[in-house]
Amino acid sequence: MELPVQTFRVTRADLVRYAGASGDFNPIHWSDRTATGVGLPGVIAHGMFTMALVGRAVAGWAGAPDAVVDFGVRFTRPVVVPDTDEGTEIEVAAVVKEVTEAGLTRLDITATCRGEKVLSQARALIRTPR
Amino acid sequence: MSLDPSFVGRTYPPTAPYLVGREKIREFATAVGATDPAHHDPEAARALGHPDVVAPPTFPVIVTMAANQQIVDDPALGVDYSRVVHGDQRFAYTRPVVAGDELVCVNVIEDVSSRGGHGFLTTRTDVSTVAGEPVVAVWSKIVVRREEA
Repeated sequence: MELPVQTFRVTRADLVRYAGASGDFNPIHWSDRTATGVGLPGVIAHGMFTMALVGRAVAGWAGAPDAVVDFGVRFTRPVVVPDTDEGTEIEVAAVVKEVTEAGLTRLDITATCRGEKVLSQARALIRTPR
Repeated sequence: MSLDPSFVGRTYPPTAPYLVGREKIREFATAVGATDPAHHDPEAARALGHPDVVAPPTFPVIVTMAANQQIVDDPALGVDYSRVVHGDQRFAYTRPVVAGDELVCVNVIEDVSSRGGHGFLTTRTDVSTVAGEPVVAVWSKIVVRREEA
């Protein structure tokens, strides 16, 4: 079963706010000079910010803020965030792989930015929504 | 870069307790756009059976990333942090983190390998309360990119 796609807009302001809240002040997430200096196309989102957005999507599908039992991803491609009002967008989709008798649901998740997958092996185990 | 595989299995001493603040959970939830009242309002969290506001699922990375400095700063292992990119991340929860938790981390190096000149380091951080109640196990794989010639 496919779950409804959820879309998240990401701007530079979001990255600055996430840096402050998470304590991850790596300059590749706010300085174009640093990002391009290490060979990136520009400032990229924190992988953990992308994962947090996917976590929101999972909570949305679960219908509860505390339903996640296991949650893992592999970061495969950076999310480049241009210095514009629009920033960029991350689309999060999922399919239900399994509903167990123990009341758990296994999701396989896809996250894309500009049509390209930014995560692989993204999976969550949630308590099955009632 | 080449990391020393003899570090596999190494366990580090427990970290100093991290007290999870209600305002920190609210700040983090706001930063990731998590608007569910259980992240912000203690009454809403209590209605779900939690003692105080509930952290979003990736919140523990605040605690474990700080704890992992034990490993990346270990001069004997020799990680060049300026070359580190995040590979994988996983959380396995016994229960969600809530405000008021005092969390202690124990870091274990689960895997060290090298491929194509890149170093790969997988750590598991067992996060429990100061009373010894397990809360979440957190796996993180980092890639230490090779130095360009």
